[in-house]
Amino acid sequence: MTAALRKLPRPDDRVLAALAIAAGIALPFLFGSGSPFIHDAILALSYMMMALGLNVIVGFAGLLDLGYVAFFAIGAYTMGWLGSNFFSGAGGGEGFHLLVGSPAAEMPGIHVNFLIVIVVAVIFTTIAGILIGLPTLRLRGDYIAIVTLAFGEIIGRIAINGDQIKIGPIWDATLGRLPLLPELGAEATLTRGKQGITPVDKIDLPLLDPFTSLDLRAWYLIALALVLVVLFVNLRLRDSRLGRAWVALREDEVAASSMGIPLVKTKLLAYGTGAAFGGVSGALLGSYLNTVSADQFQFSFSIFILAMVILGGLGSIWGVVVGAILLSFVNTWLIPDVLNGVPGQLGLDFDLTQLSYAIFGFLLVIVMVLRPEGVIPERLG
Amino acid sequence: MLAGPRVSTAALIAFLLVMPVSFGIHDLATDGSLSHLGNNLVAGLSNGAIWALVALGYTLVYGIIELINFAHGDVFMIGSFVAFALFGTLGLGLATAVPLLIGGLLLTLAISAIASGALNTMIERAGYRPLRDAPRLAPLITAVGFSFILQNVGLLWLGGSQQGVPDLISSQHELFELAGVSVTNGDALAILTTAPLVLALTFFISRTRTGKAMRATAQDPDAARLMGINVDSTISLTFLIGGLLAGAAGLIYALYQTTIWFNQGFTAGLIAFTAAVMGGIGNLRGAVLGGLLIGCIQQISDNRIGAEWTPAIVFGYLVLIMVVRPRGLLGEETRQAG
Repeated sequence: MTAALRKLPRPDDRVLAALAIAAGIALPFLFGSGSPFIHDAILALSYMMMALGLNVIVGFAGLLDLGYVAFFAIGAYTMGWLGSNFFSGAGGGEGFHLLVGSPAAEMPGIHVNFLIVIVVAVIFTTIAGILIGLPTLRLRGDYIAIVTLAFGEIIGRIAINGDQIKIGPIWDATLGRLPLLPELGAEATLTRGKQGITPVDKIDLPLLDPFTSLDLRAWYLIALALVLVVLFVNLRLRDSRLGRAWVALREDEVAASSMGIPLVKTKLLAYGTGAAFGGVSGALLGSYLNTVSADQFQFSFSIFILAMVILGGLGSIWGVVVGAILLSFVNTWLIPDVLNGVPGQLGLDFDLTQLSYAIFGFLLVIVMVLRPEGVIPERLG
Repeated sequence: MLAGPRVSTAALIAFLLVMPVSFGIHDLATDGSLSHLGNNLVAGLSNGAIWALVALGYTLVYGIIELINFAHGDVFMIGSFVAFALFGTLGLGLATAVPLLIGGLLLTLAISAIASGALNTMIERAGYRPLRDAPRLAPLITAVGFSFILQNVGLLWLGGSQQGVPDLISSQHELFELAGVSVTNGDALAILTTAPLVLALTFFISRTRTGKAMRATAQDPDAARLMGINVDSTISLTFLIGGLLAGAAGLIYALYQTTIWFNQGFTAGLIAFTAAVMGGIGNLRGAVLGGLLIGCIQQISDNRIGAEWTPAIVFGYLVLIMVVRPRGLLGEETRQAG
């Protein structure tokens, strides 16, 4: 039977990809437009983008990054700054609007079209990625891990205490006179700390109705589209000269350097690229979750994304995709929705919600011990 | 290979002294004495002594199997919880007579250290040993898994809020005062317990046959195995020692802070890991130095700048130290980093 199967021609990869994409597009229409499943799926897709970004840094280039949450934060704050009434003093109280329709166009604050926000988020996170990468250039091995962790924590702290940092006066004094850039008003602060910037503008794309929190399918489809772009870029990068340079760097830095690979440029490109994907996902989540709060940007989130990458299969794009879906759904669906009902069905009076941490930890241990190379290991060659 | 600024040791020390010296000058100008800064430093050193004990466990484990043991902070937390439970079991309270109290605390120290040591060894056996030949980052994720499991144990054990511990040693009571600097019972306990433990550990690693086996395994596990060293049991022993120190630190922390909770291990683990790296990971003296340094930075920052900025300041120091000393303050080459 298996021998017979093996003789069958392998279906063309493109057909497979087309089928997978079609299934992905069809999926939300099997559920109600506000179904919690679609909500979980949107989160899974957003986390997948971040895991794919982190995979470039850790998986391809072998630079252990424990502070990936920094890029989530920067992406989300870009969305918060450019798509809410947070900077209420902008434009002298009238607001600053760029290619947005109503209701955003009538509100105070800065309101910029989502597609432009994505571009700005990519620029901001790429710069941040390179800046964080710079001090690690001389470091080896796990020293890189702690420095990236340190930056993640520093940015998290700035987010928490950002409501004390007044940027209005500095901004208006130095930048306010430039064309295109709005003034912010003297009271403008950097963040709103743990209170969070809310509400955040919903995505409003040309030719489409503005997104609402009632119809989740549109959000799902935009997340899927962004994931497909990220996946495409990832696959092309992996098979490019740069991708091979990253893997060479990971396998042996000295050998790679003597083969003429520019270490500094290659490493910084890995940080910048990986960070940019986090920025895209951060901007999407900022808009979707309707709040950008410092509580979201904690060290454990970096670990959560890193676990997706390693558990899925370090350096393996499809492994990371599977790892992200797996851990995300374990977190949002399996533990709260499925397992918690089990004791009740067995007639036991026991609250499993108290054990959700332990179940998550236990699953990590079991999967890692059974599949040390990850669920779908990377294949080289 | 990558050229960077070459910074002399003197410049590095000068850089580390900028913050205390500037606050010292500020104190002299305002109160005419250095006692405020002195108090900061004493509290910093005693706090740092606890971080040093936890950091030693990190650095030992990293030195031998190059794993960032994320569960270590939670092993420390379990040590605190065991100690707290033993106070109840042994009936140690504020009314207990002093000789009885000392005996009880020594017994608690032994039991909580052994409990944490055994726990750490079991985690190694179940979660890290099966992954000895796996990719280097795989045990990192099992470590995170165990960290979650232990946090959940702590959560079920004492609930999700801070739990008060009887102030058995009157932690904040002033023991003596020297030139306007007051030393409390808590400070004395932390420093007087840590110092002998660190000395004993240094002696054990550098002078005994088993210690030599540990150093050999850290340098090259394969060569050590060829020399007849049982690598697996040496690694188990390393985890045992790291756990013992974390358990001892757990007791001291409970007595010193007089509150414990399930999340303390996470914070302590992060600080101790930072301390180990700052000192030069794999280096025992470096871990102690890093712990004490971070304790002082934290105290000064908490007291003068604002506790909400302290983590950012500690990590800012770490980044700057890493930039000028890529292997930490006293760092040596490790296998992976070499």
